[in-house]
Order: sequence, then C-alpha cells, then structure tokens
Amino acid sequence: MPIPMSHSRIEPSIRSRPVYGTLSPTTAATHLCIADGAGGGALLDLFDSAPEGFAPCAEINYVPGGVPGEQDLSDALQALGAARFHNSPSVHALLPRIARQFERMRMGTQVYLAGSETLIGLAMKTGMEAGLDFEAMQTEHRGTLARRMQCVHCKGITENVTTQPATCSHCGLLLLVRDHYSRRHAAFQGVNINAEDPSEVPPKEEVFP
Amino acid sequence: MSSLHGAIEVVVSDVVTVNELIKRFHFKRADGKPLPAFSGGSHIVIEMQDGDTLRRTPYSLSSSPFDTDDYQISIRRDDAGRGGSLYMHEKVEPGMSMSISHPANLFALDKRAPKHLMLAGGIGITPFMSQTAQLARTGGRIELHYGVRNRDLGTYVDELSARLGPDLHVYLDENAERMDLDRILGNQPTGTHLYVCGPEPMIEAALHSARRLGWPQAHIHHELFTKTAPGEPFTMTLQDSGVSVEVGETQSMLEAIENAGIDAPYLCRGGVCGQCETRVISHDGELLHADHWLSDEERAAGDKIMPCVSRCRGTLVLER
Repeated sequence: MPIPMSHSRIEPSIRSRPVYGTLSPTTAATHLCIADGAGGGALLDLFDSAPEGFAPCAEINYVPGGVPGEQDLSDALQALGAARFHNSPSVHALLPRIARQFERMRMGTQVYLAGSETLIGLAMKTGMEAGLDFEAMQTEHRGTLARRMQCVHCKGITENVTTQPATCSHCGLLLLVRDHYSRRHAAFQGVNINAEDPSEVPPKEEVFP
Repeated sequence: MSSLHGAIEVVVSDVVTVNELIKRFHFKRADGKPLPAFSGGSHIVIEMQDGDTLRRTPYSLSSSPFDTDDYQISIRRDDAGRGGSLYMHEKVEPGMSMSISHPANLFALDKRAPKHLMLAGGIGITPFMSQTAQLARTGGRIELHYGVRNRDLGTYVDELSARLGPDLHVYLDENAERMDLDRILGNQPTGTHLYVCGPEPMIEAALHSARRLGWPQAHIHHELFTKTAPGEPFTMTLQDSGVSVEVGETQSMLEAIENAGIDAPYLCRGGVCGQCETRVISHDGELLHADHWLSDEERAAGDKIMPCVSRCRGTLVLER
C-alpha cells in the first residue's frame, strides 16, 4: 500500500506528544468536518478521495485562520457541495457551535479534524467532553506549528506560542515549551527554564513557525 | 491444593436451579475472608477435578461487584460439550471445596461513556448481570437488548426488568422477535459505548452492523469465549521442556501441557486474551485454529498456536 505523503512538519518525539494521520473517508452515514487555515487543504483532499454521495452527507466548519502566509480556502471548500458550510472568525468562536454539533450527532457520524494543533486539540477536547474517545476522531495536521501552552506554575494558557523558550502571558515566567501534551487542556506544558537563576535569560528562538 | 496461579480456595455455598438449562453456583472463601474486589464484566477460572481429568474453565461473574462475600456464576448445561458444564451441573453440590482464580476483566465498562448500549444473546447475559449491578450503583445510562429462546429460558429477565425498567428490551425466538440491529445502532447519542456478548453469529452481526454504520472501533466491545471443542486425540512434543504429550479427545492442548506438570501461561482459556500464544516449531497435518487472537496472516504463516482452544490433526512440535 502506498504511504500518502504527509503534509505535516511534526518530528517524532516522546509518547505524550500527539501524532496525527491523514484524513480518509469512512462508510459512516454522516461526516462532521472541522478545519482551520491550511487544514482546509486536507478537507479538499478528503472530498477528492471520497466516493460519490459523500458531500451531501457532510458538514464543514472552517476557520480561515490568522496565520500569515496561510491561504484562505473558504471559496474552494464552499464549492465542495457539503450539506452545510460554516465560516468562523476564530477557533474559539467556533467551539460553542461544534459543542452543539457533537451533542446533537448520533453514533455513526465520522469526525474529521484538520489544520493547526490548536484547532485539532480544542475540537478533540470538545468531542471528548461529549463522550467521544479521542481515537474515534480522525486528525490531520497541516500548516502552522504554533502551540497552545499551559504554564505548569500558574496554569494560565498562552496561545500561538512560536518561540523556545516562551514567556507566560499570565505570570510572566520564562518557560521551556515541552512536547509533554495534555489532551484534557489541549495544551503543551511550559516549565520555568531559569528557576535557579532568574537573571540567566536564554535567548528566544523561533522554533514553532 | 490447586496449581492455579494465585488460586483461591472456596466453598460452594449454594447451587440454584434457575431454569431447565441454567444453574447458578455461589462461592464463599474457605477461610471466611472477603473475596477479591472485581469490576463488572470480570470472569473467574474454575478448576474442576473430574476423576482423572482436570479442567479449568472460565465463567463470567454474574453477581454484584459490590458483594465480595458471595461470588456467583451462572452455567448453561451443554450436553455436546467436553463435560465441564455437565460436571458442574451434576457433581457440584453445596459444601464442596473448589479452587478458583482471581477475577480478570477482558470485558470492562468504559466509565467515560455517557451511555452503555448492551446486546446479549442467551447465556451471554451473564457479564451484563455484574455490569448492570455496577452501573445501578455508580450511575450510568443503560439500554439492554436481550434475545432468548423462550420466556422460560429468559434467565434473569425478572431481575433485570426490576433493575432497568423500560431500558430492558427482551426478544423471544418463539415469537419470532428479532433485534433490529441497524435501527438500534443507528440511533444512539454521541459517546455511546457498545457491548456485545452471546453466540458467535449474533456477535458477528452486531459488529458488522456497527462498523458499517460508522461506529468507531474505540466504542465497540465484545466478549466471546470460545468453548474448547473436543477432537481427535494427537501427540505433541514440547521441545524446550523435552517431553511428549498426548492430547485426549476431550482435553485441550493447554490442559494436556498442565497435566504433564508444565506451568504454562494463560488468562482467559477462551482464545481471546493472547496469553498462551505458543510458537509452532513444526507439524505434519493441519493446525485447527479456533481462537480469536491470531490474525489471518499469522494463521497462514502456521508458526503460532493458542493451546487453550486450538488443536492439531497429525503431530505437532511446540517450542516450549
């Protein structure tokens, strides 16, 4: 079987670091698709490989994304002919909507999540809160490597972290952004990098572009 | 004393005739202490010394996990089987001493599920007795569909009806009532977990329907203990142990290995858990795989076998 080329730039790491697959159509009666930014491309590929009759049974929720350089795929996605297409200004604005969709859906709806790890993580957390197993949802990472980070000291969440180390937007500590991930918080863990000597300030590098 | 791993010495405290095919056996610990705690869906292995024959057979616990003074199992009499159920039905009486294993669970509830959908056929109701007793106490939505031959053989229908009320749905073969699997599985709320236990064709049909309707694998659970079928006697050699063993007509390979004094690994003794997987060095004849563990590729390769339920026609050399 040919292995589909991955569009993700994520490197293999520790066991708690999420891994993502490639979306592929199932025989489910209905399909719930949720994507942001470049993840729209994964939905285009999914619909392209799907059998006839897939689109009329599918619903698309799309966040064009605020990442510079990432194309807005709204028009192409709307042209797929899904039963419903919804554009949302941000991932957080989309969450209450998909929470209702998860609640209302019946078993036998396939969930597809594609795009940033923030979108995948938060949508997955919403699905898990509705009772779905995380393995029940298909995922595909595309585009930005920016991370949602939880400060393990003050528990504050900092969005769109692209540097290593990174400053906690709540308590101001300088944090090492770990690969250690929490599905419950949909966030990577940030641990103070200079606790012994706060005067020692390692330079920030852009490592999650 | 028993050679079961971590065996518990028990006394049969009661034997109850439930209906014309089913008897229920109650056990308490010989030393009067509480039995180990268990979770709904667990089974125990019962050791039966029937004359010269030693049998070890798994049975689901059908009592409440909150009662550790009294273990209960419910056994259907199988006149065509290898004799384990007949031994239990005909020879076991209150007051007898027996050995049982610690409980193990290969059919556990997923406690995160907002709803548990259970499908039972015949004696496949037993694990659901402990599961529904557990959920009745801890809370959790249940929908149980239960197919039986006729009303008289509807084991525990009254008890379940009292426990579940309108969430119990009984189907009687004698009235040609059938579960409409597509309708049941096609209208379940988000997060429902499916549990199936019963005869193999019923399990196959339920799993097939669930997969076709797009149920994710992580939400599907089933339990099928394959009964070790009798077969032609044959000889096998255990290479590392350096012994040759005869497997009798009504004996499993695993029992023959144990009779030879070899401490072989096992857990379910029903072809599902994978513990007893053993390497085949060589064989002439045919490997008769009866398990639900090995993949089609592994069976085709012919270098592994599950001694708890499978057999060989011809002679066989196992690694150990």
